[in-house]
Amino acid sequence: MSVVLVGVSLITYAFVFLTPGDPAYTILREQQQGPPSDAQVEAFRAEQGLDEPFVVQYASWLGDAVQGDLGISYYRSEPVTSLLLEYLPNTLELALAAVAVSLLLAIPTGVASAVHRDTWIDRTSQIVALTGISMPNFWLGYLLILVCSLWLGLTPVSGAGTLGHLVLPAITLGTGMAAVVTRLVRTSMLEVLDAEYVDTARSKGVRERLVVYKHALRNALIPVVTIVGLQFGFILNGAVIVEVVFQRPGLGTLLVDSIFIRDYPIVQGVVLVTAVAFVVTNQLVDLAYVALDPRIEPGGRGVSANE
Amino acid sequence: MSEHTAGRSQPTSRVSAVLERVRRFGRSRVGTAMRMNGQIRLGGGIVCLLGLVAVVGPFLTPYDPAAQALETRLQGPSLAHPLGTDSLGRDVATRLVHGARISLALAVAATAVRVVLGTTIGLLAAVSGGLVDTALMRLADIQLAFPGLVLALVIAGALGPSIQNVVIALSVVGWATYARIVRANALAVKERPFVQSARLYGTPKRRIVRRHLLPNVVNPVVVLATLNLGTVVLAAAGLSFLGLGAQPPTAEWGTMIAGGRDYLRAAPWLITAPGVAIAFTVIGFNLLGDGLRDALDTDHIDDGKRRRT
Repeated sequence: MSVVLVGVSLITYAFVFLTPGDPAYTILREQQQGPPSDAQVEAFRAEQGLDEPFVVQYASWLGDAVQGDLGISYYRSEPVTSLLLEYLPNTLELALAAVAVSLLLAIPTGVASAVHRDTWIDRTSQIVALTGISMPNFWLGYLLILVCSLWLGLTPVSGAGTLGHLVLPAITLGTGMAAVVTRLVRTSMLEVLDAEYVDTARSKGVRERLVVYKHALRNALIPVVTIVGLQFGFILNGAVIVEVVFQRPGLGTLLVDSIFIRDYPIVQGVVLVTAVAFVVTNQLVDLAYVALDPRIEPGGRGVSANE
Repeated sequence: MSEHTAGRSQPTSRVSAVLERVRRFGRSRVGTAMRMNGQIRLGGGIVCLLGLVAVVGPFLTPYDPAAQALETRLQGPSLAHPLGTDSLGRDVATRLVHGARISLALAVAATAVRVVLGTTIGLLAAVSGGLVDTALMRLADIQLAFPGLVLALVIAGALGPSIQNVVIALSVVGWATYARIVRANALAVKERPFVQSARLYGTPKRRIVRRHLLPNVVNPVVVLATLNLGTVVLAAAGLSFLGLGAQPPTAEWGTMIAGGRDYLRAAPWLITAPGVAIAFTVIGFNLLGDGLRDALDTDHIDDGKRRRT
């Protein structure tokens, strides 16, 4: 994991050097809307440490980053860390709401699909899930804005802060994930419903509803927890686009805006934070998996993932 | 038969040999499973239709996708413009058809690079083992540690917005999954008796890779690539929507949605048409991929011995 984190930070930092041309020149030209003088470029390089060798630059950036200092934005002259902390809550709020939406949609649908296997209920839910996976979420977002905000006037079009602002983005982001989770709940439920302890429960005369929701679902949800955790990356991806659609101030909008104005410290900061969050979540998912299912030996699953 | 006739009939016999192989494949176990699979039929139909539109469509559209006609801007669907016109008076249907070509070409290009890169790295890791294996797989871990679109976004942003850079960004992001699957399957095949005996025979490594390992990793790669085509269409549209892919006035579906968002209330067809086109394409690839997975039985790909023993 540590190798991965170091690699992640190295690649994150190296992005700046992907840009064709001299970063100092590009940044100054955009900042002052005209070609900078050589002296200005030199001064900027010295100030930002861009005249040092790559390794030295990277080492000092990483050293600072580990201590929570991600540098200062080129344009806003604010520390990147405080910008991230300012925008992060909005993204977290959206991510959690989207997970909630997706579980609320996916678990009942997936269970119904498995219980009524190969009936019209199953087929309809599979078609809906396929459509959900295949729709571009920015498009879904605009359709929701069009119907709910512009035609029905139920919710505000854009922004953040109130619950009303959160509903549409959460649905937009949650739908795509719900589709994935529905399929998984269905498969997992089908497997569990075949198990012998389910037959035992039935033969004891336990009511069918109780069999499905208590005996079967609890076990069927174990792999679902994993996927929900692993979908965290999917949520981060989706959040970028959904935030732009709804003009929510969040890490996504911050990232996209910064990419266009080449505000590298912010870009690096956002990418580093999302990637580290992603890696850490995956580790937590592994731990949660072990905690939920005592049959699994710690580290046993990690072998297949990292071998 | 004289040499003369044999020489002349060679090209035809090659074609008929290929046809014969296709026919035999159609009757084989896998081929039958594929023909009987509804998802493959429907998905394959959609993909073929789109392919046809992408290849032939641009020659048949009556308008120029970039021709502006400000006097007929933001018109609703009519006979002259079946899907209406956009804010610059361009015909939406024409732009949609031209967009199909860009979207499909981009998806195929990015997926092809992913497949070649991932398969090469996966095979290299499996065959080399040791330090090379560890290093390559760590590299794959690192790639997978980034949320895909975020990484693609930053790469495309750093390289500058263009369709070509979207292909680069989406290839850099997607290869690791292939590398892992190919490596896992190659390692499993490597220990099977027929490969072991080939090695004992002194067969060169390159030949073992080409004749024994590669054919046995084709199925999972094909399934993954088909599903990937859908993902790439979505991601590329997303990047273009954000302004990092195809640039206006190029008729690209994501760009078209971005261009239509300011006229959401006045001209809802501007975002509806490209959105439906994207969803339709991705549904096609997903159906085809799911169907192939079932028909090729990819879950059990590394015990494909059932036919031989």
